[in-house]
Amino acid sequence: METLFAVLIGLFFAAAIYLMLSKYTVRILLGVALLGNAVNLLLFTTGGLTREVPPIIPAGSDVLSTVAANPLPQALILTAIVISFSFFAFLLVLTYRAYQELGTDNTDKMRLAEPTDEPLPPMGY
Amino acid sequence: MGMNAPAWTFAALFLPFLAAALAPVLVGRFGARAAWFLALAPFLSFLNFLRFFGEISRGEVVTGGYMWAPSLNLSFSWFLDGLSLTFAALVTGIGTLIVIYSGGYLKGHPHQGRFLAFMLLFMGAMLGLVVSDSFLMLFAYWELTSIASFLLIGFDHERPAARRAALQALLVTGGGGLCLLAGLVLLWDVTGITQMSLLIHMETSLRESPFYLAILLLVLGGCFTKSAQFPFHFWLPNAMEAPTPVSAYLHSATMVKAGVYLLMRLQPALGATPAWEILLPFFGGITLVAGALMALRHTDMKMMLAYTTMASLGLLVMLTGFGSPHAVEAAVLYLVAHALFKGALFMIVGAIDHEAGTRDISKLAGLRKFMPWTFAAAVLAALSMAGLPLFFGFLAKEEIYAALAAGNPRAVFFTTLALIGNALMFAVAFGIAFKPFLGVFAHHEGVRHHIHEAPLSIFLGPAALALAGLVAGLASGVVHTYVSSPMASAILHETVTIDISTLPHIGLPLFLSLVTIAFGLAIFWKLSRVRSLMAALFESLGPGPDRGFDTALNALLHFAASVTRIVQPGRLEIYITITFVLVAAMLLVPPIVFGELPGLPPLPAGGVLVQEGLFLGIAVIGIAAVLRAGDRLTAIVSLGIQGFAVAVIFLLFGAPDLSFTQFMVETLSVVILALVMTRLRLSPSDSRPIGQRLFDGILAIACGLGFTLLLLKTFETPFDNVLTDFFNAYSKVIAHGANVVNVIIVDFRGTDTLGEIAVVTITGLAVLALIRVRAGGKTP
Amino acid sequence: MNTLILRTVAPFVTALTLLFSVFVLLRGHNEPGGGFIGGLIAVSGLALYGIAFGVGAVRRALHFHPMAIAGAGLFLSTLSGTISLFAGVPFMTGLWIYPHLFGTEIPLSTVMSFDLGVYLVVLGAITSIALALEQEPGPEADERQSGPDGPQKRGDV
Repeated sequence: METLFAVLIGLFFAAAIYLMLSKYTVRILLGVALLGNAVNLLLFTTGGLTREVPPIIPAGSDVLSTVAANPLPQALILTAIVISFSFFAFLLVLTYRAYQELGTDNTDKMRLAEPTDEPLPPMGY
Repeated sequence: MGMNAPAWTFAALFLPFLAAALAPVLVGRFGARAAWFLALAPFLSFLNFLRFFGEISRGEVVTGGYMWAPSLNLSFSWFLDGLSLTFAALVTGIGTLIVIYSGGYLKGHPHQGRFLAFMLLFMGAMLGLVVSDSFLMLFAYWELTSIASFLLIGFDHERPAARRAALQALLVTGGGGLCLLAGLVLLWDVTGITQMSLLIHMETSLRESPFYLAILLLVLGGCFTKSAQFPFHFWLPNAMEAPTPVSAYLHSATMVKAGVYLLMRLQPALGATPAWEILLPFFGGITLVAGALMALRHTDMKMMLAYTTMASLGLLVMLTGFGSPHAVEAAVLYLVAHALFKGALFMIVGAIDHEAGTRDISKLAGLRKFMPWTFAAAVLAALSMAGLPLFFGFLAKEEIYAALAAGNPRAVFFTTLALIGNALMFAVAFGIAFKPFLGVFAHHEGVRHHIHEAPLSIFLGPAALALAGLVAGLASGVVHTYVSSPMASAILHETVTIDISTLPHIGLPLFLSLVTIAFGLAIFWKLSRVRSLMAALFESLGPGPDRGFDTALNALLHFAASVTRIVQPGRLEIYITITFVLVAAMLLVPPIVFGELPGLPPLPAGGVLVQEGLFLGIAVIGIAAVLRAGDRLTAIVSLGIQGFAVAVIFLLFGAPDLSFTQFMVETLSVVILALVMTRLRLSPSDSRPIGQRLFDGILAIACGLGFTLLLLKTFETPFDNVLTDFFNAYSKVIAHGANVVNVIIVDFRGTDTLGEIAVVTITGLAVLALIRVRAGGKTP
Repeated sequence: MNTLILRTVAPFVTALTLLFSVFVLLRGHNEPGGGFIGGLIAVSGLALYGIAFGVGAVRRALHFHPMAIAGAGLFLSTLSGTISLFAGVPFMTGLWIYPHLFGTEIPLSTVMSFDLGVYLVVLGAITSIALALEQEPGPEADERQSGPDGPQKRGDV
């Protein structure tokens, strides 16, 4: 099972990175969305895979049953999902606004912060 | 009052900072008169330190402080012995006079409040520096003095020369400060000690450490830059761009002595080795002679004083490193004498500048008629600097000659250096005290017509310091008991008693003194001739390190610009490519090089259930669809497919919380994407050329393979259950929650979650800002 | 999308969703659920309401600006962590009280108020993002932009 997951996660990463290497902001965005899932799955798998038994302590007991899933990676991933979602939304809006203001979605043509003919820094005092 | 001694000292250390914060307000309200009130802060602080002289003279030390971060062995602690107490008294005592002086000197200046605030900030930093026990506290204060000095030198920031001088001083002393930090960290590492009071009890082990030379050189790097030793001396004369009170206080009496202070402080731990006794006298000696010679080439009295300060600092370093108890005693006497007479002379030059409108020695004469009291103070201070009997400076000079003149060739060499330096400084002292005041007043360009005696606030400081030089010389016994002997004992780490008095006694030192005076008088006689000679001499030597500094700085800026152009070509694609090339290299190279590749994975243990396989398959299909998506709708739908597949996978493997969250997030993603995507264009085909496509594909696959291998390797090592077991064991018992995931999020790791929701809030704000702000600042 | 059916059903579904989100939030400590999930569920309910009746209706229904809700949540969470300082235990230590109300014991804790803060932050921030995007002028407003790289010329890339 773990091996299958390892391969799946590899595919996730490869696809995400291939999209992110594009010049076009929308594809980069799609890549980032995939990358979030890839990392979450990576964490999830590293913590060990257990079928179906959620990490909830049964009534009358003080500890989890021995077959329950590992709660730690789940806690990490849960917040990660929400944060990556909010960042995804931010990136989406950034892409959209950049497209609106600069009239392009080609990152090569977005040279507002680093213009091609940047002058030397001021010499002297 | 219910306050114990440590609390008083703590208050004394922070009073200057408090006054600094109040200064702009008070000056804004009461004008220049506020300086009299602000001077109370250093004065009260001075009184606090005064009461320790009794204890210290009995050979005790005073320590105090508060724990700051006990787990890191960090404390806010001070340590008063003869050395630090004398410095603390000088800093606060002269500081009181300087604050009053600044009140008069900058009266009516639009930024006087700011000036006084910087000045008091510096005072607090310098005071902290000299009483610090812990290394890190010393370093923090050390850097704070550099910053305060930067602010003060650049006070007239509208002049490029002032900006340049400020930056130069900051870079030189700040760079030295980093050296010092490295030295202190190394010292800490070698000895395991972080406190000065403990370090000076270390006897031999440090000198035998293989790191001794490195520590010494790094510490010297800090001290030499701060105390303007050759070849780092050039910033000090340039720092004269600062208003005169700054020159009098920072660049003669206190800050530049920080380097000397630290050398004296570390003498018991680092001194008495060949390296110490070669490096210090050598560089000190060069600085002494070079400074004294360069002083004579100027007609600006402030520059003359600046170079003699450099010379004096050289003399102090030379004596500190000379290696005999006598030399250290001489250094102690000279240090105190210098602080008094040099502070006074700087303030007198400032007074002349303030009243006459110029400080050019060749344009001034006959001022004694207009400024008789200033003239009297100038003569007192100059006689001490010249080292004439009755004055404290005389004691210092006698002791210097007594210490150096030991008969061997090394001693003869350094005695000669001291003699040359002292004679030249004698000439400068007389030049400043007599040339502007004697003779017939004649009007020159730039000199005011109506010259008056300086007001009380300006006159008080130099008069008090000049008089102190005479009183200390006459009452030398008291000064030795309470100041010089305890200070020398602290430096030497053994009890010594200084008993030299101001009565001349026949011997070699007296003879050398007479030679100095004769030589000095001769130079004074021909001062203008010597000046042109020196000017010609230094002209012929070509540009010095000062010009070199400019060249180096410009070269650095050019270099930085070209590096920036290379590493930041401005194309996102390149940045991302480099990032992932490194990711792939990091994941793949080490396992291959170290032969740590995972073994061939076992076949899926326990089999794969149909539904699991199904959803893994759907996820793969989703990814493929995203890759091939040519229009918006396909992109949104396929992104949704893989997201929902992941959610189901979470559910199948015992993570309902994750599953629900993922479902909700995917739903909302689709909603948001649908809202935005209609306004974005997705080019139907990925328009990369085939070569690029191949390269990107290989890179992506390499990264993916790297992560797969990483995971497989992880499975080979047994899972470490420590944290999981902890959360499992305490979730219900302590945190009263059965859903362990939720308990971790809101309780065990609550602080993390707090940070995370702060991030979510900030992204919300950022999105709002992005949508509302239009180019050109228009908001809809 | 604002069909009659949706408009008729939306208020009920939204109300149910919001109720459900609070239920998920409260049971989170012992069953699957919690502030993050609850908040997301509430946002989806509000999003549906927005689709049916428009952004203005959601803003009116919320009464407060969504970012204000998020801010209040962040404040509540920070406060919940800080309370423990006054009890002399480190920051973020959970404190529990058990008041009796109508004869039943109700466990209350700073942990719960912390989770409530999380819920509000997620609800506020993400609603704010969604509403801001929905309110944006549509694609036709972008057509005013033209020039060498203008959108209408981009078919060749």
